Amino acid sequence: MIEVKKLVKRFGLKTVLHGLDFTVQPGEFVALLGPNGAGKTTFLRILASLSRPSLGEVTVAGYRLPQQAAAVRARLGVVSHLPLLYGDLTAEENLRFYGRMYNLPALEARLTEVLGMVGLENRRKDLVRTFSRGMQQRLAIGRAVLHDPDVMLFDEPYTGLDQDASSMLDEVLKSVAAEGRTVVMTSHDLARAEDLATRFDILSRGRIAASTTRAELDHTNLLAFYKNSLAA
Amino acid sequence: MTLQTSTTRQPIQSNFGKAVWAVVQKDLSAELRSRELLSAMLVFSLLVILIFNFALELDIQTRRSVTAGVLWATFAFAGTLGLNRSMAIEKDRGCLDGLLLTPVDRSAIYFGKVISNFAFMLIVEAFILPIYSVLYAINLFQPGLLLVILLGSIGYTAVGTLLSAMSVQTRTRDVMLPILLFPVVIPILIAAVKASGGYLTGAEFSEIAPWLNLLVVYDVIFTSLAFMVFDYVVEE
Repeated sequence: MIEVKKLVKRFGLKTVLHGLDFTVQPGEFVALLGPNGAGKTTFLRILASLSRPSLGEVTVAGYRLPQQAAAVRARLGVVSHLPLLYGDLTAEENLRFYGRMYNLPALEARLTEVLGMVGLENRRKDLVRTFSRGMQQRLAIGRAVLHDPDVMLFDEPYTGLDQDASSMLDEVLKSVAAEGRTVVMTSHDLARAEDLATRFDILSRGRIAASTTRAELDHTNLLAFYKNSLAA
Repeated sequence: MTLQTSTTRQPIQSNFGKAVWAVVQKDLSAELRSRELLSAMLVFSLLVILIFNFALELDIQTRRSVTAGVLWATFAFAGTLGLNRSMAIEKDRGCLDGLLLTPVDRSAIYFGKVISNFAFMLIVEAFILPIYSVLYAINLFQPGLLLVILLGSIGYTAVGTLLSAMSVQTRTRDVMLPILLFPVVIPILIAAVKASGGYLTGAEFSEIAPWLNLLVVYDVIFTSLAFMVFDYVVEE
């Protein structure tokens, strides 16, 4: 579903990604872990077609980037720590706007469906700026799944969420994975990543330093695996 | 909980016109509710023409000759304020990324923003013209002058929207936009001031025509140029 070969990303003289190779099979849930500055967000922005690779090949859902970026975007849902929502529009106006950008058929029915799924049906007429951070993140997930994408990218989705909102996000992420979508999530929260993902890749200094699957991993030891991978 | 669609999945075919209109409608709805962009532009414009009115204590003939300059200085400054705010709204909550993640041609986003910025400028101009007419005792509701204002505003917002998409990515976005914008829009401001002045002083159409032509040519060239480069401006 995602195939990346020898990916290099430079910002001026600074190289952030150094010949990164990365493959994700359909239905896999990959947790991309690493310290600050490792290049996780840059890598996710390239997969999301928001940034162009300097060198290398990137294929998402069978389409090459950046040449077939529109086709990739049609099959991609992205959730980041920012809500990507307009505060001066209501919940349903936000979703309607994005639905029209995706040119979705039967949009009004889909809006009701998605608002119900993320538990915001009774707040659909409220302005997003009146929502708590957790509610905004739920609506952000609604926005990301509105067009029923095959691939979902989550960039630090737990940032700024309280315990209740984080638990709710856990449930949503489990649902996303259970539906057979391919998921890549960056996170600093090892416990949550361990609970959700089927594979764990450690990104360090712009390369995948280590990779393991849930089956291979001693479940009590993701932290040790993470630390050893960074130390190596 | 399931997040999948209950309807039969169909491949997404983006629609350019629908996307442009969606961006325009979204901007107008948000502004109708917050009124922060239009109110800032209107108050600023009023202050500028009031300051000019008290600073230049002019007789009726001199008023006619300075009106075009005062008007376009007001529109240009207020326009910059609006352009800055319009793109900052997209950037502040990551909404620009949200827009760029949709599968539409990015020029649809550009044209949507141009149309909404143009609409905001027209609203401000529609308020300012009667107030200016009363303060300076000059009739500004002449078809020729209105045409110049229309053409000048198109060019200004076409270039301004592109450059605001660039400046909003910088840390000093508030000061960066005028620094980038004013040198590029000098031809349009000169042409607009000359053509407006021509209509206000009752000049022959043959004297005004070259400036009108310059406005049309500028609008076509810079809109086409912005259409071609917008994709690269918004991408890292």
